[in-house]
Amino acid sequence: MSGTGAVALAATGGVLLLALGFVLGASAARRGTRRDLDLGTPVERATFHTLHTASLAAPPLRAGLTEDTARKAVRRLRSLLGTEALCLTDRGRVLAWDGPGDDHHREQALARVREVLDSGRGQSAHCRCEEVDCPLRWAVVAPLTGEDGVLGALVAYGSRESAVLARAATEVARWVSVQLELAELDRSRTRLIEAEIRALRAQISPHFIFNSLAAIASFVRTDPERARELLLEFADFTRYSFRRHGEFTHLADELRSIEQYLALAGARFGDRLTVTLQVAPEVLPVALPFLCLQPLVENAVKHGLEDSRERCRVTISAQDAGAEAVVVIEDDGVGMDPAVLRSLLAGERTASSGIGLLNVDDRLRQVYGDAYGLVVETAVGAGMKITVRIPKYRAGVHSSPGPGALA
Amino acid sequence: MERTYTALAVAGVVLATVLIGGLGLRISRTTSDFYVASRTVKPGLNAAAISGEYLSAASFLGIAGLVLLQGPEMLWYPVGYTAGYLVLLVLVAAPLRRSGAYTLSDFAEARLESAAVRRLASLFVVGIGWLYLLPQLQGAGLTLAILTGAPDWLGSVVVAVVVTGAVAAGGMRSITFVQAFQYGLKLTALLVPALFLATAWAADDAPRARFDAPAVLREHTEVRIDDTVRVDVGAPLTLTATGTVDGEVRRGEPFTLEEGPHRIEAGTVLGLPKGAPVPERAATDADPAGWSQPLAGGREGPQLYATYGLILATFLGTMGLPHVAVRFYTSPHGRAARRTTLVVLGLIGAFYLLPPVYGALGRVYTPELALTGEADAAVLVLPERVIGGAGGELLGALLAAGAFAAFLSTASGLTMSVAGVITQDVLPPRGVRYFRLATVLAMTVPLVLSVVSRDVPVADAVGLAFAVSASSFCPLLVLGIWWRRLTPPGAAAGLVAGGGSALTAVMATRAGLPPQGWPHTLMAWPAVWSVPLGFLTMVGVSLATARHVPAGAGAILARLHLPEDLAARTGHQGPGRTGGPGPGPTGHRGREGAGR
Repeated sequence: MSGTGAVALAATGGVLLLALGFVLGASAARRGTRRDLDLGTPVERATFHTLHTASLAAPPLRAGLTEDTARKAVRRLRSLLGTEALCLTDRGRVLAWDGPGDDHHREQALARVREVLDSGRGQSAHCRCEEVDCPLRWAVVAPLTGEDGVLGALVAYGSRESAVLARAATEVARWVSVQLELAELDRSRTRLIEAEIRALRAQISPHFIFNSLAAIASFVRTDPERARELLLEFADFTRYSFRRHGEFTHLADELRSIEQYLALAGARFGDRLTVTLQVAPEVLPVALPFLCLQPLVENAVKHGLEDSRERCRVTISAQDAGAEAVVVIEDDGVGMDPAVLRSLLAGERTASSGIGLLNVDDRLRQVYGDAYGLVVETAVGAGMKITVRIPKYRAGVHSSPGPGALA
Repeated sequence: MERTYTALAVAGVVLATVLIGGLGLRISRTTSDFYVASRTVKPGLNAAAISGEYLSAASFLGIAGLVLLQGPEMLWYPVGYTAGYLVLLVLVAAPLRRSGAYTLSDFAEARLESAAVRRLASLFVVGIGWLYLLPQLQGAGLTLAILTGAPDWLGSVVVAVVVTGAVAAGGMRSITFVQAFQYGLKLTALLVPALFLATAWAADDAPRARFDAPAVLREHTEVRIDDTVRVDVGAPLTLTATGTVDGEVRRGEPFTLEEGPHRIEAGTVLGLPKGAPVPERAATDADPAGWSQPLAGGREGPQLYATYGLILATFLGTMGLPHVAVRFYTSPHGRAARRTTLVVLGLIGAFYLLPPVYGALGRVYTPELALTGEADAAVLVLPERVIGGAGGELLGALLAAGAFAAFLSTASGLTMSVAGVITQDVLPPRGVRYFRLATVLAMTVPLVLSVVSRDVPVADAVGLAFAVSASSFCPLLVLGIWWRRLTPPGAAAGLVAGGGSALTAVMATRAGLPPQGWPHTLMAWPAVWSVPLGFLTMVGVSLATARHVPAGAGAILARLHLPEDLAARTGHQGPGRTGGPGPGPTGHRGREGAGR
């Protein structure tokens, strides 16, 4: 019966585990909205409340000023100001309106906004509304400014003239402006990353294109068939490297591009360059950031043949390791002082060969988190071994395969 | 029995597995060989790998044992195990691959954009994995005990240690080749002896297996009873016994058992004369043989219910098995995943023709196994019994090798997926070291359970894992792929209601809690009520929480259902992309067109 008892125990354990997981998940979900029990003085509470409302309104605005984000933010902003009605506009139209009076105040609001857009200064005025029971009696218009001047306006309506409302509306408009500037900052950061990828593509090209074409040219007379094949490799390689769409690719595509690169490098260096590829077919469908291995291979070839060394062996392996793929790129070249490498990767100094590594490291960390940065083992004269771990699945990482990919 | 051959065969399988897995058929090439990258795993090879991983001890030993015990009704097992892939093919295979998910937890996260549902799904992956590992280890123990007389726990420990070692050391790197090899081995190991056995059977004037009456012994047989059993004797039976029967000590003298129930103590050796019907083991709830009893011999009430329970669990449970789902990741695209599934259907369909043959032959030649509760061993002892001599021993060794291949392949696949999920979702993310820890953890729990818990026929024990999988992941996958309005709260509630209740029922049954009769039947075959419960809860709660439909649901469904090249093209032309038209859809074809 001890067996039965143990199974019963295991069963209870399983059920308990299940319950525990459920409770943990539920409490994690609830944590966001739980109020602190020590509520503080009324003033403190009011401050907390205001800050909380403001923080709730911030996320939509961080995506920029559009109809969608304005609609999400405007209700929070109105409860922040405590006005009868609130409206957000861009330079030409009303984006969102919260509260009554949407029907007959819209045109009037836009007229006022236009004045503010011209002057760039806020204003307040009576509405002179015809309808007796309309609560909107007084309007404050405050401009929303971004980096490039006035982007739109915030219009707050009160039931009576109030200096407090005017002041508060101006402050809220300023706060919204800060959020919008942050949104622009986000966008420019994204643009910067895109520019970096473009720069990386540009960086591999000039020297490499020149050298490849020269190597191919040397074969045109002696071995036209090989020259033709190399030209086709070259065409495929550049097509992949210069493709414009998609941030992610398949490991298969990336490896194919690496093979083309190595074929072209082999044409130039001949016997001096030996390459071994070990690829587990299981990991070929793994999605990964575009052009994140090729710079490493280029780096290995460059290191291997630096200082006019006679021979160089580059080993590239891609292995299956459970929920991850492990790619190792190794050369037996001149290596590097670890201290120099460290400062290169920290961005403290620049060298022609370091930009590729730094860029790849940055992008891997950005996509997969800091646990997935490059691991480099090297010393002066001891070659270099770079290990890249790529999770087989990560939310948001899926390649839009190029045509004919993985055929 | 000659143990050398068997030990050699088992050692050979273990060695081959480790060698192919570790050193492996590495694809090692220099640049003179282009397009290594385009050599993705072809559907045929992947299908063989999936089949190799899928055909577990339950298929290799269990089905024959159940057919021997209960007769042709048990053929629902192989039918269910196979038909599960049909459902997978039609509803899940291609979209699951297109989701880009590696594990089922990944799918939950990708589809529902919720970390909480992901964690919940991970719990079920681990639970199902453990439930499925348990019978593999117990089967290994049984096999080694029967073949070499080793203690029961030794086989479990051997398999556990080999698998843990190989997986933790990263030795399963070329797992596709290992598993494909294991499929070949298993098929050969069943097919070759089956041919010999069939020939011997035909030479023996082809005696018919009778399932409607107690099996009859063909010669004088000594049967050793290892566990105390209760038997039902249909007609007075004269036999000899050394040990204790009905409380009386017997010392080898002949006596007659009257009609009715009798109790035979552990350690008794019965000598049954030629032509005697084998006494039927009486079903009690503490008795493993009573497990499939409801399934046999009837087309109404509990029998019918249990049959439907089995059908639902196996048809719908296959898609939720953790080690099956991860293998689809190896397919390069959705179409290849679908083709792979089709080939799997063919491969395992061919395989499942063989176990029933062993079951029927076992009914003829080794009916006393029904008495000792070791029916799962029928496959292993048949060659020795029917053919005998060195030939029989060699064939027996081949079967033992196949059985161990079954334990190793399924156990390593399960351990890898369970360990992967534990590393990702339970332990802090710190890489390889923790994967090893997770591997040990993934194997230790079922190993301990297998040593302490009582034996259940392996096919039934595997059926429990199928039931939990069908009640939890089937609703998640089917609704996740085909229903836009599924919400994270709905999915979580459905997983807990369907999968949780099935898990509880299954655990309770394994602990022997529910009383005999309808309660036992309901708990032992939970799929009939727990699958609809899972679906209904998921749909109901999703409709009630319609606000929580994930923002990207439409985009994800489009990605799941559109062929990849089409999805790439539409995505490419979508708004927000910069740059002009990219390379045309015939981009790479240009190369072949150039006359290469």
